[in-house]
Amino acid sequence: MFAVRLKQITKRFAQTLANDAVDINIRQETIHAIIGENGAGKTTIMEILYGFYQADAGEIELFGEKKEIANPQDAIDNGIGMVHQHFMLIPPMTVTENIILGLEPISRSGILQLVQAEERIRTLSDEYGLEIDPQAKVEDLSVGLQQRVEILKALYRDAEILILDEPTAVLTPLEVKEFFQILRRLKSQGKTIVIITHKLEEVLEISDDVTVMRNGKKVGELPTKDASANILANMMVGREVLFSLSKNDVTPGNTTLKVENLSVTVNDKPRLKNVSFELKEGEILGIAGVEGNGQTELVEILTGLLKLDTGTVWYLGEDITNLSARKIREKRIAHIPADRKAHGFLSTYTNAENQILGFHYREPFCRPNGFLNFPNIRENAKNLLKKFDVRPPLPDLQTGTLSGGNQQKLIVAREFSRHPRLLIIAQPTRGIDIGAIEFIHQQILDLRTEKVAVLLISAELEEIRSLSDRTLVMFEGEIAGEVSAATFDMEKVGMMMTGHR
Amino acid sequence: MWEILDLELIASGLRLSTPLILAALGGMFSERAGVVNIALDGIMIFGAFTGAVVAYETANPWYGLLAAMALGGLVAHIHGIASIRYQADQVVSGTAINLLAIGVPAVLSNALYNSTTVTPNIQLMLPIIHIPIISSIPILGTLLGKYSILVFFAFAMVPLSWFVIQKTSFGLRLRAVGENPEAAETAGINVYLMRYYAVWISGLLAGLGGAFLSIAHGSSYVNNISAGRGFIALAALIFGRYTPKLTLVGCMIFGIADAFQIRVQGVIPIPVQFIQMFPYVLTMIVLAGLMGRAHVPAADGIPYAQAK
Ligand SMILES: Nc1ncnc2c1ncn2[C@@H]1O[C@H](COP(=O)(O)OP(=O)(O)OP(=O)(O)O)[C@@H](O)[C@H]1O
Ligand SMILES: [Mg+2]
Repeated sequence: MFAVRLKQITKRFAQTLANDAVDINIRQETIHAIIGENGAGKTTIMEILYGFYQADAGEIELFGEKKEIANPQDAIDNGIGMVHQHFMLIPPMTVTENIILGLEPISRSGILQLVQAEERIRTLSDEYGLEIDPQAKVEDLSVGLQQRVEILKALYRDAEILILDEPTAVLTPLEVKEFFQILRRLKSQGKTIVIITHKLEEVLEISDDVTVMRNGKKVGELPTKDASANILANMMVGREVLFSLSKNDVTPGNTTLKVENLSVTVNDKPRLKNVSFELKEGEILGIAGVEGNGQTELVEILTGLLKLDTGTVWYLGEDITNLSARKIREKRIAHIPADRKAHGFLSTYTNAENQILGFHYREPFCRPNGFLNFPNIRENAKNLLKKFDVRPPLPDLQTGTLSGGNQQKLIVAREFSRHPRLLIIAQPTRGIDIGAIEFIHQQILDLRTEKVAVLLISAELEEIRSLSDRTLVMFEGEIAGEVSAATFDMEKVGMMMTGHR
Repeated sequence: MWEILDLELIASGLRLSTPLILAALGGMFSERAGVVNIALDGIMIFGAFTGAVVAYETANPWYGLLAAMALGGLVAHIHGIASIRYQADQVVSGTAINLLAIGVPAVLSNALYNSTTVTPNIQLMLPIIHIPIISSIPILGTLLGKYSILVFFAFAMVPLSWFVIQKTSFGLRLRAVGENPEAAETAGINVYLMRYYAVWISGLLAGLGGAFLSIAHGSSYVNNISAGRGFIALAALIFGRYTPKLTLVGCMIFGIADAFQIRVQGVIPIPVQFIQMFPYVLTMIVLAGLMGRAHVPAADGIPYAQAK
């Protein structure tokens, strides 16, 4: 029995054919993975199932019956729940308020019955092992817990079919483990789950079936037991993907960056405590750690977004402590932020405009008379979009409409294009497909060969392991330990990340 | 001169804060739902004018009141169409209404009564409520004794608004579309409709605030009757961090300052123009100084485009 059958779904956005006659069959009480490159159309087709978008053509069948799903309410009424790539939560509200929104239990006089709702949420949370406090404010919860609130939201609406769009992208390895347990529990209680992900090992671990998409089309659908990482990668990208990087020997040169005793307090909380380290030319220094242990503050200090309380930052022998972001960029320090939406680009600007941010006031993008030089700006964008394989490679498209992976490539293109001497790059491959990961990793290694110093901040241990020459582990604002590439041990670093020495 | 600082000052301050409270609460509904309504002042003027005209023509202030609310709602609806349906810039749309409010009443009153600046005095004002026992107690009597019915209504609206916004499903949805309309839509809420409701409420209340000026506090419409009170109401709302209780405080600060200003005119040797500035300057100082970090509804002022 199929819980969902999507038949010949087609959807076009202005310039892009996001889904091209796609068929997907999802068996009841299974976990079904959907994979594919950035921009392949995975989110779009699931948003169609959820009624957020309308298909231009095609049919939807649920449990054997043809259904019209005109809006999310229809989907909810048909037992479909969705956890979006970007959470649909209202941070200043409580967990309960977020969950009951749109389906509020009210007394006869129209008053919200929060107590009853909390009770029901507590029961659901216990039943599936979610451990959520219904009275907590969402903004006080970690990302992992916010995600569980999203799942609760769907369960509260009696969802039978749960769509999860890249749920693990924001989770720590430990959280992923717990999360998969929750998914298995849901499945064993009769739910059908669709999970979109870029991580092949997760597909192999958790799913029963897998659908592969490329360029808006379905290129394959197979039982997971018949799949392997290589088979899937091949189908996704249409070519062989190298899973191991070739890293050539580079002898580190002079010291590029040296920080001494950095300390900073934000909102009365000490966020960095006496952090010191050195980074040399041609070296990749990894900063491992669970997010929120001071990495953000470290990056913001080095890029001029946050002022230090005490400590000194030396760059090529020069004291650059507390210089402005612009001054720092002018010194050829490039920055690829962890939260690309918030700090990497402006979603309502075009690709060409985003491609010159931070360099917009200088030649060749600005004329001496202060006017922008649009021919140069477009030309620049055209070249970079092509070189970095941003899809679609259109300079005049609003960046907000690109898929997440392509937005990231756009930022990488901008920052790499200015020949940095120091690259500060945080969570470079979050939410990015394996083809693009391979590409970005290779770019980072190429910079290293060119003797650029790279500070790599990542929550992905595998990424740190495969790229870094040395790794510092951060925990609660301090350097909890240091390991070299030769002595890198996943287990040990994982322990250090959680405060065990 | 200190004899002017008496209880009567407070009482008259409460009266003068009434139109502000009504308009500010209206603004609160609208802004909490994500629609900036700087048209409050214009809506008040329309409300004051309509209220005075209908009250005079029908010789019944209650009809004036209803007409003022209805027109306030209608004008707000225009703001809604522009800023919700057509996703126009909400400040521009609001400004357009404020500009209309300068011209339209003048033209109409000229056509009706041959005067661009005033309408005829109404025959009957809204009733003044004397609370029987309290009005004879010395201090309380002065403080609470006799007010227009609208004053009581405005103050009652404060806890009522709080209740609606915090404790009802309507309020929850309203806040949701003001914080994250996309999330609200995925929860199956009609974002546009919620925003229209909110804007309508703001129109009803601001219209009522205007009517207070022309048929409860005064007895006719005069040119520039709002004296920028719609903007002060917005300031009070921001000061009040978009919550009813604090907004009430903001309105009362201005209301009492206004009452003070009226009473010191002629008592202290400062040109009247400067004395009249006092409440406005105070507003600016309060806004700049005591503001603190307010949580502005995250989607306030941002038009929402429904997905297709
Ligand atoms: N609202 C929109 N307007 C215009 N184009 C869009 C819109 N949403 C998606 N697209 C385009 O449709 C294509 C498919 O996008 P979609 O978000 O479904 O990809 P995806 O497979 O989920 O990618 P990712 O892995 O990066 O999340 C992309 O080319 C994208 O640029
Ligand atoms: Mg996606």
